[in-house]
Amino acid sequence: MNEHTVKAFDEDITRLRGLIAEMGGLAELSIQEALEAMIRGDDDLAAGVIKRDIKIDALESEVDKLAVRIIALRAPMADDLREVIAALKIAGVVERIGDYSKNIAKRVSDIEDRKKFEPLTLLGAMGEAASEMVHDVLTAYASRDPVLAREVIASDEKVDAFYNSIFRNVVSYMVENPATISSAAQLLFVARNIERIGDHATNVAEMVHFAATGVYPPDEDV
Amino acid sequence: MVTVIHPNLEDTDAKMRAKDVSVYYGDKMAIDNVSIDIPTEYVTAFIGPSGCGKSTFLRTMNRMNDTIPSARVEGNITLDGEDIYSPQLDVVQLRARVGMVFQKPNPFPKSIYDNIAYGPKIHGIAEGKDELDAIVEKSLQRAGLWNEVKDRLNDSGTALSGGQQQRLCIARAIAVDPEVILMDEPCSALDPIATAKIEELIDDLNGRYAIVIVTHSMQQAARVSQRTAFFHLGKMVEYGRTTDIFTNPLEQRTQDYITGRYG
Repeated sequence: MNEHTVKAFDEDITRLRGLIAEMGGLAELSIQEALEAMIRGDDDLAAGVIKRDIKIDALESEVDKLAVRIIALRAPMADDLREVIAALKIAGVVERIGDYSKNIAKRVSDIEDRKKFEPLTLLGAMGEAASEMVHDVLTAYASRDPVLAREVIASDEKVDAFYNSIFRNVVSYMVENPATISSAAQLLFVARNIERIGDHATNVAEMVHFAATGVYPPDEDV
Repeated sequence: MVTVIHPNLEDTDAKMRAKDVSVYYGDKMAIDNVSIDIPTEYVTAFIGPSGCGKSTFLRTMNRMNDTIPSARVEGNITLDGEDIYSPQLDVVQLRARVGMVFQKPNPFPKSIYDNIAYGPKIHGIAEGKDELDAIVEKSLQRAGLWNEVKDRLNDSGTALSGGQQQRLCIARAIAVDPEVILMDEPCSALDPIATAKIEELIDDLNGRYAIVIVTHSMQQAARVSQRTAFFHLGKMVEYGRTTDIFTNPLEQRTQDYITGRYG
């Protein structure tokens, strides 16, 4: 992309993109660590995830302020305008992704007798799929790549399939092991949170596509 | 290189139609093969960097370029289907039908009243004092100036503020009941409040006259027009709905210009 005649405009946009990348990087790390903490029962790691969410929230409000400032001072047009609007919306969604990881981290101490609780092992692969979506959508954002964005949208199916499978597994586990019902219920919430992270990554992908091309990606479901 | 015309434009009746228009100043080509329809329903904005030919093209539409000896126009421009470059055409009559407002307000050094009454008088539009009074009032009303000047119609037009002078010039253009109004940077010499009043006026006049505005302010083009044409190096690069041009232009050169990346 060519440079703006007013160089400070480029600096503003670069800074905005940098903030989104930083937020996204933290959110991605939080997903991985929250699940690791959940699987291993690592309270310290969980506390780190909860603490990191404060930083993610602060970055979101920084994005908001900068985007408003760019709109007010630079009156962006065309792809610049889409870029700024997308950044504003993406920041909100990434903040939500951070919240889901925090929520998972908060449930770490609610799982009883972790070693005997087999369904926990199901979470790893689902978490990886979701964190890969977040990773890829940030790569798509950084490189303004609508093709990769569409791939991210398509990969949400995988996360949804994981969720359905975990749900069935956990429900039958509950039936067979009524003593673990409380932990199993927590696990369902965790799986649900990961599933929501996938949905949010999909939303980000749609905005990346919009910012890059000016149109939303075609709805593949219909 | 042909103009990229957005595919989502609906058909409109063209008040004016330019077909394959090229303009030369001596050997130099200033406009290269431009075709565009100007409808009455919408305000059309011409944007582009200095020297891109947008003003030259605007001036071909009421034959203002006739006054430049070296200027030569090729192609075809019609008003209601009638060739405006036909030898039989009365240029004075044409300019009554296709009015023009310039960058710098240029009221006649006469009274406010006479500024407006001059056109209707020479074109024989008004039949007597009463009718002339009515035209002056109506024109000033439409130009949003009546309330500010009704008590001093005999003051000189040049004594008004810049913004008032420009509205006076618009009132003067309206007074001869034109079909098309061409505006060449009508707000570039005005402050933001006076600019807002002109823009409000353009909104108001929209639909009654076909309006074409040349402007360097892209924000202004975005605010007042519904159709935008982007000119670059004498060519019309892209033409489409104003919203599309400013949110999702199809051509890289348009994109670069409106986002401030024009080198």
